[in-house]
Amino acid sequence: MQNILQMKGIVKRFPGVLALNGVDFTLRKGEIHALMGENGAGKSTLIKVLTGVYQMDGGEIYLAGNKISIGSPQDAQNNGISTVYQEITLCPNLTVAENMFIGRESGSWVQQKEYEKRADEILQKLGIPARSGQQLGNCSLAVQQMVAIARAVDMECKVLILDEPTSSLDDKEVQMLFDLMRSLRSEGVGIIFVTHFLEQVYEVSDRITVLRNGELVGEYLTAELPQVELVAKMIGKELDELSSLHEVDETKEEKKEIFYEAKDLSSSEAMPFDFNIRKGEVNGFTGLLGSGRSESVRAIFGADKVNGGTVKINGQQVKITKPIEAMKAGIGYLAEDRKRDGIIAELSVRENIILALQVMNGFFKPISRSESEAFADEYIKVLNIKTASRETPVGSLSGGNQQKVILARWLLTHPDYLILDEPTRGIDVGTKLEIQKLVLKLAEEGVSVTFISSEVEEMLRTCSRLIVMRDRHVVGELTGKDLNQEQVMKTIAGGEAADEQEK
Amino acid sequence: MSKKNDKKFSLNLGQLTIPIIAILLLVLFNLFRDPSFFYIGIAHNNDGNIVLSGNLVSIINGASELAVLAIGMTLVTAACGGQDISVGAAAAIAGSVFVKILKSVPSINGFTVLVAFVSACIVAMIFGSFNGTLVAVFKIQPMIATLILYTCGRSIAYWINGGATPTVDSPIITAIGSFIPGIPIPTPVLIVVAVAIAFKLLFHFTSLELFTQSVGINGSAARLNGINATFMKLLSFILLGVCVAVAGSIGVSRLGLINHETLLLDVEMDTILAVAIGGNNLGGGKFKISGSIIGAYVIQMLTITLYAMKVSSTDVKAYKAIVIILLVVIGSPVIKAKFAKLTAKSKFGQPKQPAKGAD
Repeated sequence: MQNILQMKGIVKRFPGVLALNGVDFTLRKGEIHALMGENGAGKSTLIKVLTGVYQMDGGEIYLAGNKISIGSPQDAQNNGISTVYQEITLCPNLTVAENMFIGRESGSWVQQKEYEKRADEILQKLGIPARSGQQLGNCSLAVQQMVAIARAVDMECKVLILDEPTSSLDDKEVQMLFDLMRSLRSEGVGIIFVTHFLEQVYEVSDRITVLRNGELVGEYLTAELPQVELVAKMIGKELDELSSLHEVDETKEEKKEIFYEAKDLSSSEAMPFDFNIRKGEVNGFTGLLGSGRSESVRAIFGADKVNGGTVKINGQQVKITKPIEAMKAGIGYLAEDRKRDGIIAELSVRENIILALQVMNGFFKPISRSESEAFADEYIKVLNIKTASRETPVGSLSGGNQQKVILARWLLTHPDYLILDEPTRGIDVGTKLEIQKLVLKLAEEGVSVTFISSEVEEMLRTCSRLIVMRDRHVVGELTGKDLNQEQVMKTIAGGEAADEQEK
Repeated sequence: MSKKNDKKFSLNLGQLTIPIIAILLLVLFNLFRDPSFFYIGIAHNNDGNIVLSGNLVSIINGASELAVLAIGMTLVTAACGGQDISVGAAAAIAGSVFVKILKSVPSINGFTVLVAFVSACIVAMIFGSFNGTLVAVFKIQPMIATLILYTCGRSIAYWINGGATPTVDSPIITAIGSFIPGIPIPTPVLIVVAVAIAFKLLFHFTSLELFTQSVGINGSAARLNGINATFMKLLSFILLGVCVAVAGSIGVSRLGLINHETLLLDVEMDTILAVAIGGNNLGGGKFKISGSIIGAYVIQMLTITLYAMKVSSTDVKAYKAIVIILLVVIGSPVIKAKFAKLTAKSKFGQPKQPAKGAD
């Protein structure tokens, strides 16, 4: 097969981070090529370099053998590289035809009728169930997505990038989309497919490229790469590698009292699940991105709309539907997205640290200035937060120090149960270790901790029990001797290993 | 972001830099133009009281309604990231209620004035909650939400007194609108001080400031920390309602009558400007009430300066616009960043601020 796109030694630096370190990527004519990797692996950076959103700092891009430079998204488009993003970027109040041709009337006056005729031809050819005169907003999400693809295809694209196209589609719609992808493949279009659904990768793709930490892990034929191995390559551990150093005395664990227990807990985002945690236990939710691990802990904290289930704390039934109720019950929650759900960027380190405690104290009992300064100073010292002063806006701190500020915020409330969702993402190795140690220390003091991390190794080091999720369901629970890389990966990937785990 | 690090340059005024410089420039300009502008005289008014007079007094006195409204508007801006454009119309309603109550009591005394004011407050808070509900619960953009009351507010004010513009004649009302016998400072100025102190106390004895800023900067994070963002937004509108009632009552007391058509006409735009000149981000978040109050005085001083220069009242608005454009552009993030770069360059060679935290 002929190569239509070749990226060689792509390097992209961000301040303090090497996002892509000499990555190669090759796309052949008429193939569906899955680009895989966990969060922060460099997938989206690579896509953005290819589409001209970012300028690369090194490397070469060849299109059909000719070296090209992509300075802007317009350049990418002119070179026949089209992208369809997860969120539909079309105009719902225009018709299908208008959406397909908008912004492309290049000088010559083309009649609307002609547009519609041409649009209908393309829609029919691609088997998209829509009429050109229909308002786009009236079509289903899947059809809107397909119209976006049709628009891209009509622009004579040679390379089509689909970035998480299936995340808001149901099973039937996914099949429609796959049919369209297959028919484009047969016409010679090269498709780059970015997704986190493993099953879909195996259903539709021909080849897989795996990235990890900004580096190329390898390129594989889908048919020759078992699912377990793919997971291993994404997470970065070989199957036979040694298991964790963390030893857990199971009998001791079982003697501890249960602190929190949920039955059939569900929220607007999470499927019903059962869960419990003992006093002083560290457990974790694991699974690939999008497997529902974050949604589950959000349901525990009442961060999303809780739909059902019963919750007991220390054996007493309680109702937790809002964050404030969870906080009053002694639960703290460090959110996954630090920027969006964690820091109040323009407020000072001090104000950020006292925020949760202040909310719990109540509106009419403000913490005095001197008291809040003492709290801030204490935690800046304990957690070794590097900041110019306690009055520095938290947004100007580095990621790791921002994370410590949020940790300090929750530690200050003296929670009985702390939920940490990706507390170590995007922060330096030293701080990572500090946070892991802190988790173990808290557990020794009797605090229950639920820990989520994309790095399985980190989870094995800290957790004594792992709840494994796949496609929004709990598919296994690992303790004791099962707590090792191999078992975790087998359970994440599914198959016979997982079945054994389900009791 | 390197701000406030250079102690030599900014004297740590932070966001107050622009409004304070603006005031100083206006003072300098007037000193140059006509030093007698600042003459403060002692005179006897019609009632025979000893009172202060002069341009400065009339500036500070005249800006009272604006300053009170700017205090409330700052809170709404901070919490909701938008502005209430109905304050003038709402003040007309509050003023009408104030007069209506005074008209319907047998005699006007301290107690009945208080009753009238409290009633005006309650009505203004109800209208504030109406605006607040649209913004906080129905997530309508503040300007759109308050456009409703902006449009119909003065009609409602008209209905309250049956279309008339009744007068209230009472020494107490005169005292509120001008001078309390024996005190040479205009009463509206004292009211501004009282409102400012009340808000200062509110910030001291509640978490209003922290919660409002958190909601305004990052609503999602505020919610996950247990803050009721909807309530905080609603509360900001209700507090603005109190300010509206105060401003409306001052306005009525000055004239001794309510004219629903002209009371505090177009004040909403000046109020928003005061907040902006005060260095507050109109997109919400961090705020400084003191900045907005200074902003109100900047606007009033500008107006009086122009009048003192014999600029005709029709031209004043155009001249005002020019100065305001300058102020707002100088305070814009783009110019601030440019300025920060320039000062950084001129200090080239000096050791740099150590990097905060290393990742």
